[in-house]
Amino acid sequence: MDVLLKVESLGKHYQNKWVLKNISFELFPSDILGIIGPNGAGKSTLLYILLGVVTPSLGRVLYFNQDLSKKRSEILSQVGFASHYLSLPYSLTVWENLKVFACLYKVKKPESKIEELLEIFKLKDKRKSLTRTLSSGEMMKLNLARAFLNEPKILLLDEPTAGLDPEYLKYLRELLKNYTQEKKLSIILTSHQLGELERIVNKVFLLREGETLVYGRIERIFQNFKVRSLEELYFKFFS
Amino acid sequence: MRINFSVHRVWGVFLRYLYLFKHSFSRWLDLLYWPTVDLLLWGFITLYLQKGVPSYGGWIFQFLGALIFWNILIRAQQGLAVGFLEDIWARNLVHLFVSPLTPAEYLAGLFIYSLFKAFFATLIMSLLASLVFDFNFWSQGVVLFYLVLALIIFAWSIGLITMALVLYFGQEAEILAWALALLFLPFSAVFYPITVLPPLFQKISQLVPPSYVFENLRLLILQKDFNLSYLFKAYFITFIYFIISLIFFFWCFNLAKKQGKLTKIGE
Repeated sequence: MDVLLKVESLGKHYQNKWVLKNISFELFPSDILGIIGPNGAGKSTLLYILLGVVTPSLGRVLYFNQDLSKKRSEILSQVGFASHYLSLPYSLTVWENLKVFACLYKVKKPESKIEELLEIFKLKDKRKSLTRTLSSGEMMKLNLARAFLNEPKILLLDEPTAGLDPEYLKYLRELLKNYTQEKKLSIILTSHQLGELERIVNKVFLLREGETLVYGRIERIFQNFKVRSLEELYFKFFS
Repeated sequence: MRINFSVHRVWGVFLRYLYLFKHSFSRWLDLLYWPTVDLLLWGFITLYLQKGVPSYGGWIFQFLGALIFWNILIRAQQGLAVGFLEDIWARNLVHLFVSPLTPAEYLAGLFIYSLFKAFFATLIMSLLASLVFDFNFWSQGVVLFYLVLALIIFAWSIGLITMALVLYFGQEAEILAWALALLFLPFSAVFYPITVLPPLFQKISQLVPPSYVFENLRLLILQKDFNLSYLFKAYFITFIYFIISLIFFFWCFNLAKKQGKLTKIGE
């Protein structure tokens, strides 16, 4: 199977402190990789390096066998990203924000794509609402809709479940699973909601102070460490 | 009746604002910079006016012309710098740069936006000048467009330096979006000729491209004349500034990516 994403010996230091050390992993079509670790473990830095907005100190990131540092625009046109920690311009409506990003991603037939995504992410009645009037959950839905504009092959999600109600959470989980099975989408996501993460991921990457503690398929990790849940695994290392 | 008023609490409120100065360069700038610029500007205008007002009617229109030109510079510069700040305030910068958008494309978009702002402001000002003061600014001729172009490229240079400094120092430097252009105001001969300035300031103004633009504008309005060498000098120095500011912007942008500031700015 083709490797979609290959991370090779990634390292990052700020001044004299290493925040990521020797990180390596691979992502294949339909993989859902959960990155877990306590605050300050380096999860967001890792995501930002994978998105090309933070330059690594060591190592390289290869998408579709192409180096991110050399083919940034081509690669990022096939990658989606949504974060609970980021917002979109408040003074624009939901529709206008999506239109702007549809231009940035050179989406063909943007109007129909936007309508499709508003429907999928249940934002249709918010089409004309100013972004500043959205709740944090609605903002996350908008961020997710934006991340799907370019029909990405790889999706990076930073705390995507934060602020969402249980009903929508279930809907989103099914939606993401469908995308991975039907469209071979691969996902990397970080979340502190371990129970939720466990229901969706097939691979896990455990980070502590920028170092890899555990990486592999979730069933094998559970076997190797004799645990029955991600929460148990987490507290085995971080209690 | 006992008055419920505590000097300690008043002191607390004062301290709350005073502490801001301890950590904020921009507040010192606000305190010291604007009075200095205002004093210099109006001092030199006064010196110019002291030389006497000529009897011919068009003399006073130089101020209206200069105001329209200065606004073009400010709108174009702020179109760039404030446009960039809008993305920081909206915490949208990361979204933009995790898309295929390149920094050069981002700048090109901002350049067009700044042209739109400058055009719109100029349209309104020149219309009002014509309707209210019977001063037809654009009747000075096509050479005005050459002067405007030089001003806009210079405005972009200032805008780029502002953006670069915001990337380097963080949001603390955002006041420069309003302040940096005004640093050049006393030396740009906007409302008075360079000859009014003291010798040292005259030397400085020779390195400030708008000074040649505004001297030419004054020549046009007052004497219906145009100095081509002023125009060449304006363009020559402007292009040097523009290239330096572009290099500086890209250097700061890459540094911000290395230092992780691009993802933290605006937090």
